[in-house]
Amino acid sequence: MEKLMSDLKTQIIAQLNLQDTKPEDIGDDQPLFIEGLGLDSIDALELIVLLQQQYKIKLSNAEDGPKVFKTVRTMAEYITAHQAQNA
Amino acid sequence: MKTENYITASCVINNNIVYKNGQPLFEESGLELPEFLLAVYRHFELQYPKFHKMDNLSKLGWLANEVLLQDNFDKEKYKPEDVGIVLSNANASLDTDIKYYETTKTIASPAQFVYTLPNIVIGEISIRHCFKGENAFFISEEFDAGFIEQYVSNLINNNILQCCICGWVDVFDSRYNATLFLIEKDKSANSVNFAKENLNKIHQLKLSA
Repeated sequence: MEKLMSDLKTQIIAQLNLQDTKPEDIGDDQPLFIEGLGLDSIDALELIVLLQQQYKIKLSNAEDGPKVFKTVRTMAEYITAHQAQNA
Repeated sequence: MKTENYITASCVINNNIVYKNGQPLFEESGLELPEFLLAVYRHFELQYPKFHKMDNLSKLGWLANEVLLQDNFDKEKYKPEDVGIVLSNANASLDTDIKYYETTKTIASPAQFVYTLPNIVIGEISIRHCFKGENAFFISEEFDAGFIEQYVSNLINNNILQCCICGWVDVFDSRYNATLFLIEKDKSANSVNFAKENLNKIHQLKLSA
């Protein structure tokens, strides 16, 4: 899980062009949107693209978005659960 | 009806040189456009994380506007609705349209898609400075100083705007240029009449650079 969260931070920075942000600036449980990292609705769509490109996961239910993309940890948990399901 | 308005500041970015009021402020030759734009952002010590998400057209226009207004613009003089933006170029958003189209062959990029209109650069400038006045983006093969003078004068002389940022912001592949003018009703130090001859003269700086 720690390795996955570390990879995700690097991938989020690259995908969203967060050039002023370093992986260590993103906390595992820091909210990604609004008061946390300050991501917006376009960033949310880019996170969906990231899941598809990097992990071959399609978010089947858009209503899951707020839960899945709440923090780096919730993203990692979703990926892990999805990979276990498809193993 | 008042008919005299003034160019109170100008900014030209071309050939990897940034000019403010005709004076070169920054030069970094040998860089490709994205790297040059980042070098300008860093040189002027700008702090705006969203800059990094913009396409090249928006970055160029946004940077030219930051330089244009730096030390020259008294924001307190105007209400948000008083300040408008009128821009033009030859290639619309074609540079980004092509990049976006490439992404559609795999997974379409939402971040690229939102820049597939040329007037998005006006939105980026407006968001940065909370400008809410009239705005327009025109496409023409070349910079049409006569049209810009007429259109902007009409907005100001009819009190639709009190101040206008106008000019040319164009990007296609490695070719780019930007010329922005700050147009106000009152004279200031070194201002010149808002006339097509003066617009062309400032724009020529770019062409001859």
